[in-house]
Amino acid sequence: MSETAHIPDVARTPGKATALVEAQGLMRHFDVSPPLLNRVIEGKGRAVVKAVDGIDFAIPRGETFSLVGESGCGKSTVARLIVGLYQPTAGNIRYEGVEIGGRANARNRQRMQPRMQMIFQDPYASLNPRWRVERIVAEPIQARRLLTDRQAVRTRVGELLTQVGLSPADGEKFPHEFSGGQRQRVSIARALAGEPEFLVCDEPTSALDVSVQAQILNLMKTLQRKLGLTYLFISHDLAVVYHVSTMVGVMYLGRLVEWAETKTLFDNPRHPYTRMLLDAIPDLEMSGRQRIPVAGEVPSPINPPPGCPFHPRCPHAQDRCRVEPPKAIAAGGAQVACHAVEEGRI
Amino acid sequence: MADTEGRDVRANQALLEVRNLRVEFPTRRGTLVAVDDISFHIDPGEVLGVVGESGAGKSMTGAAIIGLLEPPGRIGGGEILLEGERIDNLPYERMRRIRGRRIGAIFQDPLTSLNPLYTVARQLIETIQTHLSLPEKAARARAIDLLKEVGIPSAEERIDHYPHQFSGGMRQQVVIALALSAEPRLVIADEPTTALDVSIQAQIISLLKRLCKEHGTAVMLVTHDMGVIAETADRVAVMYAGRIAEVGPVEEVVRRGKHPYTHGLMGSIPHIGGEITELTQIEGAMPRLNAIPSGCAFHPRCERVFARCSVDRPELLSVDGAEVACHLYDDAGREAAD
Ligand SMILES: Nc1ncnc2c1ncn2[C@@H]1O[C@H](COP(=O)(O)OP(=O)(O)OP(=O)(O)O)[C@@H](O)[C@H]1O
Ligand SMILES: Nc1ncnc2c1ncn2[C@@H]1O[C@H](COP(=O)(O)OP(=O)(O)OP(=O)(O)O)[C@@H](O)[C@H]1O
Ligand code: SF4
Ligand SMILES: [Mg+2]
Ligand SMILES: [Mg+2]
Repeated sequence: MSETAHIPDVARTPGKATALVEAQGLMRHFDVSPPLLNRVIEGKGRAVVKAVDGIDFAIPRGETFSLVGESGCGKSTVARLIVGLYQPTAGNIRYEGVEIGGRANARNRQRMQPRMQMIFQDPYASLNPRWRVERIVAEPIQARRLLTDRQAVRTRVGELLTQVGLSPADGEKFPHEFSGGQRQRVSIARALAGEPEFLVCDEPTSALDVSVQAQILNLMKTLQRKLGLTYLFISHDLAVVYHVSTMVGVMYLGRLVEWAETKTLFDNPRHPYTRMLLDAIPDLEMSGRQRIPVAGEVPSPINPPPGCPFHPRCPHAQDRCRVEPPKAIAAGGAQVACHAVEEGRI
Repeated sequence: MADTEGRDVRANQALLEVRNLRVEFPTRRGTLVAVDDISFHIDPGEVLGVVGESGAGKSMTGAAIIGLLEPPGRIGGGEILLEGERIDNLPYERMRRIRGRRIGAIFQDPLTSLNPLYTVARQLIETIQTHLSLPEKAARARAIDLLKEVGIPSAEERIDHYPHQFSGGMRQQVVIALALSAEPRLVIADEPTTALDVSIQAQIISLLKRLCKEHGTAVMLVTHDMGVIAETADRVAVMYAGRIAEVGPVEEVVRRGKHPYTHGLMGSIPHIGGEITELTQIEGAMPRLNAIPSGCAFHPRCERVFARCSVDRPELLSVDGAEVACHLYDDAGREAAD
């Protein structure tokens, strides 16, 4: 990577003692080939989805790093890699400087795992339907032996349920007795129950109405202030991202195309894709501003375009963009992977 | 004008009409009422947005309309009419045929609508063939077109994959394609774009709007995303604790909401730009179904509560082009408040 300009860029200084979580050259590919027989009969080749294709970032302790980007760009895959639900195809993950990615580091992973929790994008699939909510929320408390006395566990579960806007009495219910948003709150309570220091939140508030969302986001911020929690946050709601993040990374087809401190990114987006993304935000003021959808079709991660993956949709694309993948450079306080930015064209 | 089954279709008839609908859950400790005596209609070509706090009864209202309330949940009263015909009391088989053909449903949870054991192709083609008489090849072509329309890249290849091979948002796109596959008259969309990024969201919204405009499809759009509502809906209903608190044209409700709950809701929306402070939240939580407050269910959380609110249940009243269930807008109420 090129010259070291501003300080906010923690992503470029891996190994810095303040980073709690770091990813380096992180990659995950999925084989989605048709069965061998079909390949032979229909003459189809192998197909690989490059869900995450080499990304670097570092999250300092006590801060919030958000990932944004179009559906299918690989955000959830990054989340699952970090918490160890997927094994990386290549690259490193470090937690407090300790290597935890890959099977070779399984012991380290085991040691660090209790310190992190994940809130899943899909609250339906992630709650055991046969357990009462009380047992679901108590499970991480018992697993980590945070409390042993049964009455103390009960009281704690009640507190957690209240914190997320449910009531202690809801502990007796089963997940199916809740609405979508109420279930998501149960999964947030469960994640907090384990008293993690690092929380991966995949669309934690997408299922929630705005007033409950405000409660949960305020709660997350308070916990961060009080307990120094670190978050990896994923959301497609850019206004939410603006409110919770210290740094934002924009993903496109498995790569980070721009990352910067939140204000820098929103005030002065550099990458053409980031600019389009910000223009596509729905307009609540109904000022009649034309919402500009991101032009062009989302390319497939199975056959990503050569060069800059964004070039088929980019208004600034030139010949170089079609052949040479752009590398991230420092530009105005941000890190941007774009030839046009590097050449000073935009 | 007459439709295919020879029924009279009046030009100004609502496509969907819900009258005094009540949805309840009988339990050992009494009956819980999730939807309490609500009435609304949707005209052909119209999008009705439905917003409201989590647990307010939005999904239950949708489930009642498509006849998919999960037992012990049941319709405890009222009527539902689709193009003038009652559909809340039909035998299972008849309702099953209406569902999919005349009503398309997009559920909040994409996994319940997709079978994990079958490829997306199989599920789409089966649905298309059940409702439209198309040979396999044409059905497949239509399925691929639909996937493209909802924004799935490499649809030709992706169609042969299984649901778990799709990202969260892409699964939702598949569910939307399934719901629209038989060109339904009414679409019940429960948080259809929640899992989607802004650009796919824009694409789905313009697809829904096109259906409304070109085919006169009516849409009930449940979402908590006010941006989507502001952009898509013609009218909005705000629900609270199983009741409609306010309903009216979208500009009225979003910009000049009258019900104190509507105010609170609009105030909690995060905006981009400016100082980052605490988000405004409505203090307190929505009541549990077994402890719905007397009078106006919102009164314990309301900043403008007065004596009458805890005693009388407010009914919808016409106020400046919208309908509001709040005593502040009733003459007698206003006097009492002053
Ligand atoms: N099987 C059940 N037994 C008892 N109560 C139930 C059951 N299913 C749902 N409920 C309750 O019915 C109420 C309405 O639920 P509904 O799913 O309609 O909410 P919603 O408005 O769609 O909320 P969300 O925005 O969170 O999806 C909720 O309070 C919920 O707890
Ligand atoms: N288990 C899997 N097998 C095959 N492909 C997969 C698998 N999991 C994810 N993918 C593919 O990897 C890509 C990235 O998926 P991912 O779930 O990370 O996206 P995302 O950014 O979280 O999207 P969304 O905003 O829709 O949740 C998608 O093309 C998806 O289809
Ligand atoms: S590298 Fe080229 S194609 Fe890619 S975003 Fe920049 S200008 Fe556009
Ligand atoms: Mg995802
Ligand atoms: Mg719901």
